[in-house]
Amino acid sequence: MSFDPSLYIQYGPALLNGFLYTVLSLALANPLAILVGLVIALLQSLSLPPLRWACRSYIHFIRGTPLLIQLFLLYYCGPTVGVRLDALTAGVLGLGANGGAYFAEIFRAGFESIPKGQVEAARMLGLTPWQVLTRVKLPQMLVLITPPSVNQVIIIVKETAILSILTVPELTKAAIRMVGETSAIIEPYVALAAAFWLLVEATSRLGRRLERRVARHL
Amino acid sequence: MTAAPAPIIRVEHLFKRFGALEVLRDVSLTVARSEVLCVIGPSGSGKSTLLRAIAFLEPYSTGRIYIEDTLLGFVEQNGKLVPDRPRNIDRTRRHLGMVFQQFNLWPHMTTLRNVSEALVLVKRIARGAAEETARTMLAKVGLADKADTYPSRLSGGQQQRVAIARALAMEPQVLLFDEPTSSLDPELVGEVLQVMKQLAAEGMTMIVVTHEMGFAAEVADRVLFMDAGAIVEHGPANQLFRTPHSERLKQFLQTWKERNLIGL
Repeated sequence: MSFDPSLYIQYGPALLNGFLYTVLSLALANPLAILVGLVIALLQSLSLPPLRWACRSYIHFIRGTPLLIQLFLLYYCGPTVGVRLDALTAGVLGLGANGGAYFAEIFRAGFESIPKGQVEAARMLGLTPWQVLTRVKLPQMLVLITPPSVNQVIIIVKETAILSILTVPELTKAAIRMVGETSAIIEPYVALAAAFWLLVEATSRLGRRLERRVARHL
Repeated sequence: MTAAPAPIIRVEHLFKRFGALEVLRDVSLTVARSEVLCVIGPSGSGKSTLLRAIAFLEPYSTGRIYIEDTLLGFVEQNGKLVPDRPRNIDRTRRHLGMVFQQFNLWPHMTTLRNVSEALVLVKRIARGAAEETARTMLAKVGLADKADTYPSRLSGGQQQRVAIARALAMEPQVLLFDEPTSSLDPELVGEVLQVMKQLAAEGMTMIVVTHEMGFAAEVADRVLFMDAGAIVEHGPANQLFRTPHSERLKQFLQTWKERNLIGL
């Protein structure tokens, strides 16, 4: 078996197209997951028993079942209850909903790390709950939640590969297709691995810069 | 004779229950303008809970608290108390400033930012003007040179003085102190008490929950002794410390004296 770089010239445009879909998927899924996680963590902190229970159930469902099955449920079983989504939308929503549960747990730990007294001091000075969140809690939480959040973002970056099974034309799909059409195995998968490694490396570099930034006061 | 001026704070028949536990039992008191009221008592006597109820950090179970003649935390509907809207509670609370045992500064903000932040966010004062006020307040507590320092670089006494400056900046009518020196090293207690004495001399209305009997004796207009959730005895500091009536207070003062003699 030999390595044939000329395949990359032939499949360059297809791979690039797939790469752009991968970037699009992760660029949509990550903010969505963070948003879902933040909302769940906030709802949980309201200490309303039914809401708490709903949030816990959601997290347990997501963590207790494989992502692939959740995506299948959304994409293939969705239409039976009238939810008809194209593959990319279903994929992004699924990744966001899934990642959100994990982010929720990271944020919950963050919220619980803020001493209650700091919030009481803020309330006595007249800060609104929103101001307490954005000026007192979140900035301090960042130190604690940035490393696990970067981790979670990296996981989601790599999980976009699963969207190939939903027929999203992202990079993994393009590579698999290349395998099918050329019978070459090494070239497509090396390109695939290299591309993901690049994305993850970029993410973790950004993460380290973010970590330094949020820890300035320490 | 003119009528006594209306009290700033009026507490009437206050009860606070946690389940079956009665933490406050029928507490009534008034605080007049420029008065310094010290609340003493053993731990678990309910004195901190009383202060936190007056700040409405703990909603009370029954009774009434009036701040500047406004009912705090509730509205009265057909003789029953219904929780008030948060916005109204905030407005009533604006008369109050609070200083906590644990200082509760925001560690991610400089000293200057700690003091100026609420001026910007709550009073909507421009950042520049707010920082100017904050510098004045820091100078008042003797920390003008620490404006750009983060709380973690300050001693406990300095942190507590910043916390006092932060509360003062909002120009409250009343300052509530919840054991302000209890978590300080002994040699740092003095600098905080000094600032508090200065505030009292300037006519600030203060309620001070404290174990500092010396401060109470020197500064308080009235002292209130609590035990088991109720006010056992209250009156001028002199009277309370020299001629205590109740056995409970005599015992409390005796323990305190013995501990301090050993300290000598």
